[in-house]
Amino acid sequence: MMRLALRLLRRDWRSGELRVLLAALLIAVTCVTAVAFFTDRIGQALGRQAGELLGADLRLLADHPLPPAWRTRAETLGLRHAEFRAFRSMVMAGEGARLAEIKAAGPGYPLRGQLRTASAPFAATRIRTGPPPRGAVWVEPLLLQQLGLEVGDRVEVGDVTLRIAAVLRYEPDRSGAMFSIAPRLLMNLADLPASGLEQEGSRMQYTLLLAGESDAVAHFRSAIMNRLGAGERMEGVRDARPEVRNALQRAQQFLGLAAVVGVVLACVAIAMAARRFARRHLDTCAVLRCLGARQGQINRLFLWQMSTLGLLAGLLGSLLGFAAQGVLVTLLGPLFMVSLPPASLLPVLMGMAVALGGLLGFALPPVIQLKSVPTLRVLRRELGGLRPASAGSYLLGLLILATLIGWQAGDGPLALAMIAGITVTALVLWLGAALLVRLLRRLPRRGQVAWRFGLANLSRRPGASVAQVMAFGLGLMVLLLLGVVHDDLLDAWAGRLPVDAPNRFVINIQPGQLADVQAFFRDTGLPEATFYPMVRARLKGINDKPVGPGDYRDEHAQSLVEREFNLSWTTRRQVDNAITAGQWWALDATGNAIDVAQFSVEEGIARTLGIALGDRLTYDIAGQRVTATVTSLRSVQWDSFRANFFVLSPPGLLQDYPASYITSFFLAPQHVAQMDALIKRFPNLTVIDVSALMNQIRSIIERVVLAVKYVFLFTLAAGLTVLYAAIQSSLDERLRENAVLRALGARRSRLWQSLASEFVTLGALAGLLAAALASVLGYVLATQVLELEYTVNFWLWLLGPVGGGLGVGLAGLLGTRRVVSSPPLVVLRQG
Amino acid sequence: MLQSLNEVVLKVEGLGKDVPSLAGESDGWLTILGDIDLDILAAESVAITGPSGSGKSTLLGLLAGLDDPSRGRVLLDGVDLSALGEDDRASLRAEKLGFVFQSFQLLPMLTALENVMLPLELAGRNDARHRAADVLVWVGLGERLQHTPLQLSGGEQQRVAIARAFAVGPSLLLADEPTGNLDSHTGERVIQLLFDLNREQATTLVLVTHDRELAARCDRVLSLHDGRLVCTA
Repeated sequence: MMRLALRLLRRDWRSGELRVLLAALLIAVTCVTAVAFFTDRIGQALGRQAGELLGADLRLLADHPLPPAWRTRAETLGLRHAEFRAFRSMVMAGEGARLAEIKAAGPGYPLRGQLRTASAPFAATRIRTGPPPRGAVWVEPLLLQQLGLEVGDRVEVGDVTLRIAAVLRYEPDRSGAMFSIAPRLLMNLADLPASGLEQEGSRMQYTLLLAGESDAVAHFRSAIMNRLGAGERMEGVRDARPEVRNALQRAQQFLGLAAVVGVVLACVAIAMAARRFARRHLDTCAVLRCLGARQGQINRLFLWQMSTLGLLAGLLGSLLGFAAQGVLVTLLGPLFMVSLPPASLLPVLMGMAVALGGLLGFALPPVIQLKSVPTLRVLRRELGGLRPASAGSYLLGLLILATLIGWQAGDGPLALAMIAGITVTALVLWLGAALLVRLLRRLPRRGQVAWRFGLANLSRRPGASVAQVMAFGLGLMVLLLLGVVHDDLLDAWAGRLPVDAPNRFVINIQPGQLADVQAFFRDTGLPEATFYPMVRARLKGINDKPVGPGDYRDEHAQSLVEREFNLSWTTRRQVDNAITAGQWWALDATGNAIDVAQFSVEEGIARTLGIALGDRLTYDIAGQRVTATVTSLRSVQWDSFRANFFVLSPPGLLQDYPASYITSFFLAPQHVAQMDALIKRFPNLTVIDVSALMNQIRSIIERVVLAVKYVFLFTLAAGLTVLYAAIQSSLDERLRENAVLRALGARRSRLWQSLASEFVTLGALAGLLAAALASVLGYVLATQVLELEYTVNFWLWLLGPVGGGLGVGLAGLLGTRRVVSSPPLVVLRQG
Repeated sequence: MLQSLNEVVLKVEGLGKDVPSLAGESDGWLTILGDIDLDILAAESVAITGPSGSGKSTLLGLLAGLDDPSRGRVLLDGVDLSALGEDDRASLRAEKLGFVFQSFQLLPMLTALENVMLPLELAGRNDARHRAADVLVWVGLGERLQHTPLQLSGGEQQRVAIARAFAVGPSLLLADEPTGNLDSHTGERVIQLLFDLNREQATTLVLVTHDRELAARCDRVLSLHDGRLVCTA
């Protein structure tokens, strides 16, 4: 039976019966495996090179100097250790100053993996076994470019001047572009004290790296794990780089779900193509039954065929998917900055599952009916057609799709939201498409014969026309959303910011420097700026009950409790803050708060941490406890780019604690040089260029959007297979009709016109629907989610129908060229 | 397998077929075949004739177990077809019955050889290819083994169909207007082939035809009119 099945399959393939089915399967497998190969390689990089990604077997991080007991314990266990400190600071050269992410590393760093440097940005690299020697630094090429420097030049880091000895090309534990805001400068830990940058309020991260026998590492881990204090954490190879893991999970979810949209359309094409396949095999099955084939044999015959097709599509699609993931690696790889190992075979298994699942759910319902073809059909061909397709017969297929969505989403609520989203979109598209096709039927039949004939073709096959308008409507809508609406939204957001919105933050201003910095601003003509005090504090209790990360399930809440964040004090509420509950503090005649023991909390953080009006919050500030009552909750307009704080108090409560100052202001282009002068005079200050940061975020968004667009190209390809499946299912009918028309004297050009009018109208309707939906979605996103004003873009309404009409028109004519080119006699003879 | 010449291969008892009526007949049913009784002996050749709509093809379909009768029964080699399930009837056909159609019913994507191999493969025969080639040589198509139906003439296609029907060595060969789509010269060659089979292999032959001359060459002629057997000659 297997041999017979394969022989029939081979012959069906030669006659072109299976091409659309295979194409739809290949598209489904390719888009899923392209994403799977990409995320698999990054996932593997995290797994296999975890040690390298950490630069160690285990690392301990703290926001304060490392407890000496850790080092002692490591030495006792025979573990190798190294340490570094990481912080952001300005780096100066000549008159220029730029922000850098500085790492001051001690001997032995890194314990796992290797540093690679070069003598110039594009020169050959050489492997280094430790950090730069004292007096030297290695910097990333971007910093050289920003400061106009070359290897051999000198830079000032705080109070110390160091020589650039090499370009830093690879650092095993460096985060990708998504997680860093400035280029790296690697220096020797021994030079740090002379820089004077390690002081109160400087956000320095202290890291201890450990490596050695796995037993010793495990021993150390278990001994220290439960003794970690506030602001301390440990990362092993299994939980290395949580930021990369989170980003990977997001990429996996969103690209995976984008791929699912392609799979959904491919499944529509599979169902249509399989139905035609089954219809064309009714006679074959009747003959087989007449020749003595049992129902089980017919079933086995087609199961063999479908499985072979599924395996073939799984393998070929996986190969195509592997080729396609290269583009994702190019687009998104740099954001992760890990060197990628070869892919595993897991995505191939996934590809097989998608192919077989697609066939099981969407090809089998019509094909399984073949076993029941009445044998009498050999004598009476009108007997035993296929039962009409119904949603019920594809229940298994819908369940398989839901499972795939669940698998790609990785979490229940997201999967449910996606299923609901797809269902609602499909319903809206179906309603819109059905309405447009119905309107088309009501149009008065005027104009040329070819035109009338083409439109009549659309309304004669309403089911297929609606399916095609839906498929193309979906594909085009996604492209319009990503291509036009996304740009509009970004522009609307950028346009909402006032032209003089602050574009620079200066942080790390020490209390002793405040008066001098303020004077500098005044004397050099910089805009008047408000300087806010910042006190670093950690939340220790709510209503006198201690709180810790363990009290929260939400990861964001856990990290908020774990780390220190900034409190500030002020008399007046800022203009971009609004009280949403309670009252701002009352002031006495001298302008001081009547009661100083009050906090005003930003409503978002209050919700995350479960803080309510009237709660008593206790903070730890440099080992001392401060308690006050929450008397107001505030909403904060964070994208005003003014300095803002989660928690504020009236002056008097926090004034005696160690503080540093922050300011934000708009720096006009002509004053850029003043910033360099400011840093020259106060080397410990850090200036953050918000516009550069925004550009970086925008370029990351562009890359991500490009990757998502790329995945959605498969959706459009799947839409094309729906078109071809629909063309195929009506091909015999079209061939006969056109043969008769030509026999009656119709010219070829007229037949071409008729086909063109049919497909151009189909594409234009899909484009119209896509433009309408993209406008509605854009409006909802803008007004409900992003709170922006949204003006519908005229281009949507031009690009949608015109692009759809041209694209689908061309594809349709290509798909039906046989209808016009086949000699009428041959067609009529075949009956 | 050769059978004794007096043995009844096909026995028909009170066979009738009704279909739902679309034109308001009594009880809402239309009788297209009524109370047929018939015995066909081994190696006999029988023609069923009658005008269009007389029920010839319906009778042939019931004899082959392709359809269920409304009443009565058909016994093939003593086995009551209506007592068998769909699959058991298929197995019986695979073993004992060959069928030749007016429209040939060859699978267009398979070669002549592969078409003839089909019933042999369905019966699980290991020598399918060898046997199919032998039968095709016997019907005079030894040079056409790898041709697909579209590459063959009508007469050649019908000879492939006969080879396919005969490949499993059936005891009963049913033919529905076997020359209906062929010119007279080609039709004659096909008929000769069927009678050769009937004679040389002692295969019982039942054929439905409009052609009086062809019917006259059979051992017996059954005439159907309005679904009833009106005379046998």
